[in-house]
Amino acid sequence: MSEILNAIHLNKYFYEPEPFQVLRDISFSVDKGEFVSLVGKSGSGKSTLLYLLSTLDTDYAGTIMINNIKVTGQSQNALSKFRNENIGFVFQFHFLLPEFTAIENVMLPALKLGKYSRNKIEEMAMEKLKLMDMQSFARKLSGKLSGGQQQRVAIARALINDPLIIMADEPTGNLDSSNSKIVFDIFQDLSRNRGNTIITVTHDTDFAHRADRIIELVDGHLAHS
Amino acid sequence: MSLSVNLSISKTHLLSRKKQSVVAMLGVTFGIAMFILMISFMQGVNQFLEDTMLSATPDIHIYNDVSTDFSVSIAGDYYKDSMKSVIVHHPKPKQVQLNIKNAEGIIADLKKDPLVAAVSPLLSTQVFYNYGPVQLNGFIDGVNISEESRLFNLEEKMVDGKTENLLTSDNGIIMGQGLADKLNVRTGDLVTLATPTGSTMRFRVVGIFQIGIGTIDNVKSYVNLASVQQLLGKDRSYITDINIKLKDNKLSPAEALAFARKYNYKAEDWQTANSSVMASNLIRDTLTYVVSITLLVVAGFGIYNIMNMTIASKLKDIAILKAQGFARQDIIQIFLSQSLVIGLLGAITGLLLGFALSYTLSRTPFPANNSFISLKYFPVIFRTGHYVFGILFGLITTFIAGLMPSIKASRIDPVDILRG
Repeated sequence: MSEILNAIHLNKYFYEPEPFQVLRDISFSVDKGEFVSLVGKSGSGKSTLLYLLSTLDTDYAGTIMINNIKVTGQSQNALSKFRNENIGFVFQFHFLLPEFTAIENVMLPALKLGKYSRNKIEEMAMEKLKLMDMQSFARKLSGKLSGGQQQRVAIARALINDPLIIMADEPTGNLDSSNSKIVFDIFQDLSRNRGNTIITVTHDTDFAHRADRIIELVDGHLAHS
Repeated sequence: MSLSVNLSISKTHLLSRKKQSVVAMLGVTFGIAMFILMISFMQGVNQFLEDTMLSATPDIHIYNDVSTDFSVSIAGDYYKDSMKSVIVHHPKPKQVQLNIKNAEGIIADLKKDPLVAAVSPLLSTQVFYNYGPVQLNGFIDGVNISEESRLFNLEEKMVDGKTENLLTSDNGIIMGQGLADKLNVRTGDLVTLATPTGSTMRFRVVGIFQIGIGTIDNVKSYVNLASVQQLLGKDRSYITDINIKLKDNKLSPAEALAFARKYNYKAEDWQTANSSVMASNLIRDTLTYVVSITLLVVAGFGIYNIMNMTIASKLKDIAILKAQGFARQDIIQIFLSQSLVIGLLGAITGLLLGFALSYTLSRTPFPANNSFISLKYFPVIFRTGHYVFGILFGLITTFIAGLMPSIKASRIDPVDILRG
């Protein structure tokens, strides 16, 4: 399988409140279609690493290659465009835009990308919502949905531009066990049957152990297992 | 494509908090409406005062200013000693002829000037108006009435009779309305005029005028130039003043200077003659702009506050938009367009409200029951320029007020927000 993400000698420091090295010389790679869990204790740097990989945080030393494109050192505008096209996000607190309906939330990244017409995008968004079994809530304001429903809409949104990689930060952190199971099943399905690459940060060990691979961080180092 | 997505987000934001948007908009609306009302009214007042002033003041007034040269004295000749310096304390002015010499030549020359629209020679004197036992102080202007009429549009100001009546009657007089009321004379009545030097003449009232300024209507009358010359015992070329109307009265100051140099007489333009009115015009204009700009700046601060509040409550949204690939300029567009929409709607409703208010004012009767000013309604003028300025200023204010919070929003680091 081909490598889709390459992290080479990543180092990162926090300067506030006092200088502290949060990531120490991290190198690893992820293959296409892999479902990877990033685990570690609180403060081990796993979320920090995810934000580095997602190109949102650019203040680090080392190199990140995604799909053989070097993203390190690119301009903010170029990175915005890159994220829009290639990376889907799922966050712990769902982070939907509450004034918009579920389907509008799903459509936004595609509208921003501007590759298809509005009608086509709406069709695609509906398809993704169906995949999440959320089609009946499409026209509801996202602020009115339950936590589990919001997370499923957020996953649909992450999928809308058919990204190379889906990155998730504690996607089940705020959900009860039944909803967590639904989210996990969706991820597994996306990775096994649809070929999506997924990198997820989690401290839920059950969840982590059902992934293809676990990358564990201990005090900013990779713990080889 | 990106712009239309940003605008649709902006629209959703505005509509999801309608009340706040309307309040912000009303701030701009009232600011612009007050600006329109104030500027239309103040400029109307300025225009009214200028019109009134110009109906009594010529564009340029040439006259012989009394000035005695005190530097020469015959005292020096008397002592005939070059070694002695003679100082005369407190000399009295010598008797001078107030007339303009070669007045006819100057008038003929002025009429050739392409900038001059009309020239009217004038001989003025103080008189006592006698009618029955009443004796009133005032003055008469001896004029060529057809020329004078071209200068001040006297035809329109005649309350009774016509200006030509002065030419057809022998010793006719056209009297100010206030004066005629005081003397209780009507057209056809005879009045006796006495000069300070003691000569008297009888005139028949052939017309009554009203300029609209009490201090003129109550004391002034027009008679033929020849009548005043006769009354003063002067010859037919004796003229003290020349009044000039220019084709463009904005050129008056420069032309007055040129005439003064050319003819060597004092030439005064209307702005100088009415400098107090011009000064008060300037003060009114300044006041209008200061108050209006203050109102708009206050409205701008209102928008600034509301935008800051909006952005503070939308930090998560901004972070999520940025994570999904919205760039800095997209965030600026989203929030700046909200502010501009508020500004544009506010400015348009402000213009409409301002127009409605000024129109109402222009139809409100002016509460003046005296004859000092002839004003039926509050003076208001409607100029497109004011409305263009209003909408531009509204947009600029809201642009600046929205720009700072928008830039702040675009600088938000999504990682800080998303990590919680």
